[in-house]
Order: sequence, then structure tokens, then C-alpha cells
Amino acid sequence: MAGLAVGATRSAKGQTPTSEASEARAKDLHAYGERSHFEKSSRMGSLGLWPPSAGPTRDYGFRTPLQNSVGIITPASLHFVLSHGYDPPDIDPRQHRLMIHGMVDRPLIFSLDDLERLPSVSRFHFVECHGNSATSAPNRAIRMAETATVQDTHGLTSCSEWTGVLLSVLLRDAGVQKGATWLLAEGTDEVKHTKSIPLDKAMDDVLVAYGQNGEALRPEQGYPLRLVVPGWQGIGNVKWLRRIKVVDQPYMTMMETTRYPSPRLDGKSRWFESEMGPKSVITRPSGGQRLAGAGFHEITGLAWSGGGFIRRVEVSTDGGRTWKDAQLQEPIARKAHTRFRMDWNWDGTEAVLQSRCTDERREVQPSVNELAKIWGVNMDYFQLAGTVDMGNFNAIHSWKVNRDGSVRNVLV
Amino acid sequence: MCWSSFFIPAMALAACSVALAQAPSFNNVGRSPTSEEIQAWDIAIGPNGKELPAGSGSAKEGAEIYKRKCAACHGPTGEGGQLGPHLLGGQGTLNTPQPVRTIGSYWPFATTIWDYIHRAMPHGQGGSLSANEVYSLTALMLYWNHIIAETDVIDAKSLPKVKMPNRNGFIPPRMEDIGDMQKRGCHGGHCP
Repeated sequence: MAGLAVGATRSAKGQTPTSEASEARAKDLHAYGERSHFEKSSRMGSLGLWPPSAGPTRDYGFRTPLQNSVGIITPASLHFVLSHGYDPPDIDPRQHRLMIHGMVDRPLIFSLDDLERLPSVSRFHFVECHGNSATSAPNRAIRMAETATVQDTHGLTSCSEWTGVLLSVLLRDAGVQKGATWLLAEGTDEVKHTKSIPLDKAMDDVLVAYGQNGEALRPEQGYPLRLVVPGWQGIGNVKWLRRIKVVDQPYMTMMETTRYPSPRLDGKSRWFESEMGPKSVITRPSGGQRLAGAGFHEITGLAWSGGGFIRRVEVSTDGGRTWKDAQLQEPIARKAHTRFRMDWNWDGTEAVLQSRCTDERREVQPSVNELAKIWGVNMDYFQLAGTVDMGNFNAIHSWKVNRDGSVRNVLV
Repeated sequence: MCWSSFFIPAMALAACSVALAQAPSFNNVGRSPTSEEIQAWDIAIGPNGKELPAGSGSAKEGAEIYKRKCAACHGPTGEGGQLGPHLLGGQGTLNTPQPVRTIGSYWPFATTIWDYIHRAMPHGQGGSLSANEVYSLTALMLYWNHIIAETDVIDAKSLPKVKMPNRNGFIPPRMEDIGDMQKRGCHGGHCP
């Protein structure tokens, strides 16, 4: 293979004017395509997430460049990655197995070939880290900077068409026993990541996925097999899935009991706060971009909710004083990114752009003020420089457009 | 699957629900695992500790193992280092805007310590420690966090009985109440 690539480079050199172009031709784009070498949009790490102490820091919260997104699908190569500092395992799919056992009548082991024979479904779903867009997560400085982009603020959500087998199909095949209420999902990664999931959720819409956007999962997305737990905190979407154990209580694993509960100011923590609330953000114009001048600009963005379909998105250009309904782009799917758009004629004066969404349960995305009320905190809570790990922050986001057309991140 | 019941209500509906209640069987897809296969992967330890293996250890024994296998990342006395988080401290910080969450200040179940050390530690060598080594290191963590004495022996019987200081620091506190989001009063992605 290496020899072929070198040969291709040589022959391409004679035909193309620049060395940059010849580099791009080095691979056979007819066999597996790549984007134009002019396109540079890429994932970016969340600096300093782990470890929190000084010294060599492993950058691992790789964020999706939502500012360049179009439509609702995140290319697999740009889907955010958060693997708690560990590299993806290199798994031979012919060797990989999924075991279902515990409180079942018939423990089962499936190969990838087995799973591909079973009834399949393809569904659009977002996956979002529970800390996405929080104002006081460990990467607070980047998130709160005036220069922050939507990648910095909201880049830990992505949306794919996932293909696989419904977990309910596998569980029915194994025969769940009376008294079972939870399951434990486990990966093949270095730390054998585990997550407890209520059986009701598993039987509802959880997917054992081998496909993402029309091809096999990428290694950093769980190749060859992962769990997709629609609408719930990202931590439960166990990658490199090897085992489902049916049990009768949550197993209180490390992540779910010590890292992912949300601390309250009274010292208590909300744990297993699983579902992600309605959230939206304008992706264009957004932080770091610059409007070329007064006149027509489309406002567009993404809305999503763990509660189901997005029913409505409203947009404000005056910091929330007045709102107008945005158009929703089809397809609109449950627990998936939904693209919205609105015509806007910018008059060249300062503007504050906001969006808020409503889901099928009529839950409305809260303002920062309203979220403070829900959490029982003062507004200054969102400005704290501390290590407090806010889960499920879903407040309305504001972008300030200055007279010179520059767009800045602000907390309104 | 049962769309035909739209047209022929009563009897077809009954037949349909019976069909749904049965386990669909996929002829010759997948196989039964051997008991060895289940045993090799069935490493998770739940909060009642019923899966804990034979073996035992104390903090005294754990200190020797820690020096060799853990101190390089977590520091000589568990204060944390460039590669591993701190393992103790944080008492009195949970009701402040800067909660420090450690085994002693935060972790609700002692069984989680055993489970995590066994599956994931040392970094890159998860699963390499013997049961006695994991019991000893678990005992050391509990001792350093002032939960047990240095000579207390930790085993499958005693570990699940260890009362962690922050066991009641979570909403809702009862395990059987966790899974029902409606009953908990969660809505719009937020729980009380």
C-alpha cells in the first residue's frame, strides 16, 4: 500500500502545478474520497481538561466545529471525541464480540456478522456531553472568553445517522428475567468504561450501533460497536461495546458516581440526571466570525432536545426583547439536531442574537436567569472560576454583533 | 408490526399482543457463551459487593504496593501528580462553589474503589493486579481518607459494609428511586 501511494505522488507531480495540489492527489480519491485541501475545518481540543494540575496536560475533549456546520449531520471525522484521556483501542472486527448476560434466560454472544444479520434500524440522533456549553466547566476560561467560537462554547454535541440493532431486540432474544431493572454496559477500552442504564430506557430506544453516516463507525467513535442512548448524557453512549449485563440495581460505577453527578450549592449532588434538556445555538453568525457589512445575512443554527422532537425555534436580534419564529429545516427527527434558519437584514448597528427552542413536551429552553431559578442559584454562580462541574446547562446563548461586523461571545 | 390491527380491531389486536409478548427467536444467530467466557469478562462489582472475589488486604500491605505501582502518578502520599488525580482531602468543600471530590469527601460506595482499581489501574495495565493487591490498595485508600484503621482487614465481607462519609450526599439517596425520572420530578433536562 505504501508503495502505491508513493507511485501515485510521483505521477501526480508531473501533472499538477503546485506541490500542495500534488500532495492532495497522493491518495486515490476514487477509492475513498477526501475533502478539498482548501477545507481546513477541524476538531479542537478542550485545553486543560485533564489533569487539572500543572505539568504535561493531555488534551482530549475534541470539539466539533459547529461554526462551519451545514445541515444536521456531523461528518464522522468531525464528531466530537471525549474519551477521558485514553486512545481508542485498535479492534479487529472479526475478533470482536458482544455478550449479553446476567438476569436473562439465554445468555448470548454475538459477532459483528451475527449482529448484521439481525433486523436493523437507522436513526438520526445527537450525542452530547453533559458538560457541553456549561459556563463553569474545567475549561471555563475558553468557554467564557469574548473571543470564544461556537466550537468553544457548544462543540461537545454532534449528530449522526446511526445504524444498528435496537437493544430491545437483543434483550428480548436473551429473555429478560423478572426483577431486572437496570443494565450495565461495558466497553473494551483501556479502563473498561462502564455505565448503568435503566432497563426502561434500554427497551425504549437504545441502539447497538455499528454504522455511522452510511459507513462503519470510526475508531474514536467506538469501532466496531457502540451504544447510542438517544437524548441522554454522552457518558452513557459506551464505545467499543463488549458487554451488557442485565441487573437489578444501578452498579454505581466510577464515572457515574464520582465524576458525573452535578453538585448543588448545599453540598448535595444530583446523580443520574440523564436526559439532556432543550438547547439551541446560532451557528452563523457566531463568535469569531465577521459580517462583511450591513444588509442581508441568513441567521442559522441548531436545536436539539433529549425530550424528543424540536417543535419550535424562535430567534431574537435584540437580546431577547422581541422574538420571531424561525423556519425549521426538514428532516426533523426525535432527539436529533434540527436546523433552523431566519432571514435577517442587518442595519449595521449593535445587535445581540439569541435563539430558544421548544420541544414536543413543550419544554422551553430557559434564559440564563430562568436556569438560575431552576437551579436555585444567583446569577454570579455562572461567573464562578471554580471547578464546579455543571451538568445539563442549557441556557439561551447570546452572540453580540458589533458595528464593525465582528461577532463576540457574551453572557446575557 | 401490528398495523393490521387498525383494520380488524378486536380479535386481531389480541393475537397481535400475544405475538409481541413472545421472545422473537433469530434462528442460529449468536450462541451461548461458555461459563469461562462469562467469568473472564464479568468483572463489575455492584454496591452490594456480591461479585467480590476471595482474598483480603490491609492498608499496611497496600502501602508497599502503592509505592511500587501508584505513587509515580498519584504522588507518594496520594496528593496527586501530573498524571493522576488526588486521592484524599476535600472535606468541607462540597457546599462551596469549588467542591473537591475525592474518595474521602465524595465517593458514595467503597465497592467502586475496588471495581475501578481492578479494572483500570495502574494506567495502561488494568486487570493486572491480583485480588489481594486490589483489597490492599482499597484498604489503603480507606485508611488515608480516615474511614478505617491501618490494620483493618478488607475482604468480600467487610468491604460492602464500609460506610462512606458522603453516602447520603446524593439526590435521590435511595437507589430504587434513581431510575424513575418522572417520580424524581425531573423535566426539561433538570432534576431537583
